[in-house]
Amino acid sequence: MTYFETQHLTKNFGGLTAVNDLSFAVHQGEIFGLIGPNGSGKTTVFNLITGFYPITSGAIVYRGGTIHGLPTWKICKQGIGRTFQVVKPLRRMTVLDNVVTSAFNRSSSKAEAVAKALEVLDFCGLRTRQDQPAKGLTIGDRKRLEIARALATGPDLLLLDETMAGLTPQEQAEGVELIRKIRDSGITVIIVEHIMHVIMNLCDRILCINYGQEIAAGAPLEVANNQAVIEAYLGKE
Amino acid sequence: MEMFIQTLVSGILIGGIYALIGIGMTLIMGVMKIINLAHGQLMMVAMYITFVCHQYLGLDPYFALFIAMPCLFVLGAAIQKYLLNPLLKVDSILPENQVLMTVGIGMVLTEVMRFIFHSDYRSIETGYSSTAFYLGGISFNLPMFVAFGIALLLTLGLFLFLLKTDVGKSVRATAQNMDAAMILGINAHWITILTYGLGSALVAAAGTLLLPIYYLFPDIGGPFTLKAFVITMLGGMGSTVGAIVGGVVLGVAESLGATYIAMSLKDAVAMVIFLLVLIFLPGGLKKLTKV
Amino acid sequence: MNSRPWVLGIIGLLLLAFPFLVPSDYYRHILIISLMWVVIGSSWNLLAGYTGQVSFGHAVFFGTGAYTAGLCVTKLGISAWWGLVLGGPVALLVGLVIGWICFRLRGPYFALATIAVGEIFRLVAIAWRDFTEGMEGILIIQTYRSKVPYYYLALLLAAGCILAIHLVMRSKWGYYFVAIREDQDVAEAIGISTFRYKSLSLMISSFFTGVAGAFYMNYMAFIDPHVVFSLHDVSIMAILVGIIGGVGTLWGPPLGALVMVWLQETFRSSFFGLLPRWVSEAHVLVFGLLVIFVIRYLANGIVGDWAHIKQLIFRSKAASFSTGGDRS
Repeated sequence: MTYFETQHLTKNFGGLTAVNDLSFAVHQGEIFGLIGPNGSGKTTVFNLITGFYPITSGAIVYRGGTIHGLPTWKICKQGIGRTFQVVKPLRRMTVLDNVVTSAFNRSSSKAEAVAKALEVLDFCGLRTRQDQPAKGLTIGDRKRLEIARALATGPDLLLLDETMAGLTPQEQAEGVELIRKIRDSGITVIIVEHIMHVIMNLCDRILCINYGQEIAAGAPLEVANNQAVIEAYLGKE
Repeated sequence: MEMFIQTLVSGILIGGIYALIGIGMTLIMGVMKIINLAHGQLMMVAMYITFVCHQYLGLDPYFALFIAMPCLFVLGAAIQKYLLNPLLKVDSILPENQVLMTVGIGMVLTEVMRFIFHSDYRSIETGYSSTAFYLGGISFNLPMFVAFGIALLLTLGLFLFLLKTDVGKSVRATAQNMDAAMILGINAHWITILTYGLGSALVAAAGTLLLPIYYLFPDIGGPFTLKAFVITMLGGMGSTVGAIVGGVVLGVAESLGATYIAMSLKDAVAMVIFLLVLIFLPGGLKKLTKV
Repeated sequence: MNSRPWVLGIIGLLLLAFPFLVPSDYYRHILIISLMWVVIGSSWNLLAGYTGQVSFGHAVFFGTGAYTAGLCVTKLGISAWWGLVLGGPVALLVGLVIGWICFRLRGPYFALATIAVGEIFRLVAIAWRDFTEGMEGILIIQTYRSKVPYYYLALLLAAGCILAIHLVMRSKWGYYFVAIREDQDVAEAIGISTFRYKSLSLMISSFFTGVAGAFYMNYMAFIDPHVVFSLHDVSIMAILVGIIGGVGTLWGPPLGALVMVWLQETFRSSFFGLLPRWVSEAHVLVFGLLVIFVIRYLANGIVGDWAHIKQLIFRSKAASFSTGGDRS
């Protein structure tokens, strides 16, 4: 049984086809990279998986069941967590409360949720910031909080949307380390990223899309050297 | 049958004025993304201006358009500049900050008018107030007919402005995407002021046209604010063409309701339409045409 | 922080002793009405301030509760006190239906629908004479001549309402409500059914507002459609109580209720007869100006902006000290 896959996934916005007949599979326990030039449909794929947009046609299958058509919150309950490309901290809550709110997803009591949240904050290195209001965080900490909040929902599959953009090289290195740790804890990761060395370092397999269609897939080096991929990013000579 | 057609005709005629109210509201909603809950109250102010012009200066109500519209334009622009725009910088928990502000503005306008004119019912007598002409057995009330005509002209004028002039195009661009419009060098701040002024001037015209066939007292604003958002909602928020259709639909529905259900429930018709649209047609009539 | 329970305890004792400390029926009446507004304002705040769903029509729930109590007498022939039991659940059902219609959609639909339903209820209450007695309203006989029993009942309702909201806000529901207010996309993405939790918040809010309405019927012994379904005197007043005290704070609405009722009384009585009569006609004008002022300069209310207010006062003091120092 495939762990996660999309089958002929298609999304039209009016006349524009943002995702076009896209099929890919993700294996349990891997870090799967989704790359492509700006506007190629990566974030749309995430929004389709998590039910923010209804799909036009095709199917999304997760652990043997179709999940397209479910409301977003049910998809989260099934074990798919996500971060947002443009970070969305719950601004007037403290860092801890942000994470506690998500931890309620799989907790039966408040004490359990708080304990789980503190554990996640430790894991993400945010423990020292726990009492700060989320709106006052630096961009690096906001990105961590975004990951912490997704982790606290207790996901099995985590979708990370450009969590490294705008970070310093030092922070990027820490981020790579954090994502490895997440995978090692048994969570499957799909990652959308622009920064190539992060992708090359982390991913087991990569899918490159443009105009919502697959242009190459395979091991990182293979994809990076693929002529079609280079053309998509740099244009034809 | 004759009664039905008669009802239909007066509904459509009043619908022209309603359309004018709705377009003003839609314009403001489109650009600022807020519901203007002072809309009916602005109309009420315009009606008092017309009333004063007629009573003390002896001006014909239709001529008073040239006074009421500019006055309300200035009033609306000032409200936007000094009361609504500053709120954009305020960090508040309630997202409906600006809408709440318009509620406060509406209350102040009503009470100031009550202070000046007291709560008495007023109306104006013109030589043609009850004149009517007949067309195949159906009577057309003259002031209503003229009002419909002027409403039509103003609407046409607005469309020309929005479609043909540079400023009008900027208004439409801002309505579509304020951030993008600002990047393209449009002074969005100025456009919001212009839009609120324009919306106020349009509803002022509606008020002036309504006065010869209606009565006036300070609390008249509230019910018309409700009507305005019913129209806007019917048309699908932010669509100017939709607002015209919404206005006519509301006018017809109200006059049918008054004839066939009960005069006292005429005002409830608008509210029921609102709820029906909310339940069955959340996008408004626009949804039917532009799937 | 440690002074908090003390302050609460002292205020609580003062409130308990109030009818004995102040024998004046007039001031008892004002406090009873204030306590009723504590309930309505806090309920509105749960929905608007904590959950971010601004209602412009809480009169729907207030009026429903009041008419439930009134109809107990005129239609069922039972005591209006049954309204205290039934008013809440009936208002809650009305809230459930409104929520079911509106919360599937985002945007201003909810705010508008509450006004629309409020107006429909008012017009129907006027027109359906056989059922509601129309504009003549419903008149019942007060159970007690003394204000004291009503005072303690109002105090109990207010305390119960604040305590309930306090407990809700500390639980999972409270976290979910605030998450919905802050960002609905995030809320959905972390497993919150925004529709369900918005409805829950509305249900609690409409329940308490309905109870307050039933209390009003019992206490005032007279209602008519214009009084209890009033857009200005109930729905807008609820908003004012919330925003003046401070939305999204537990103690904001109670403070706002005191301020607003006191202000309303001051103007209604033309500053207790000190100023000419026409001042009493200006109370709605003052409300309007207050809305504008508070939204413009005190966006988070007295409680929410307390740190800011304190800072302003202290800074101006500090400034006057420093200028004094410069001169010497």
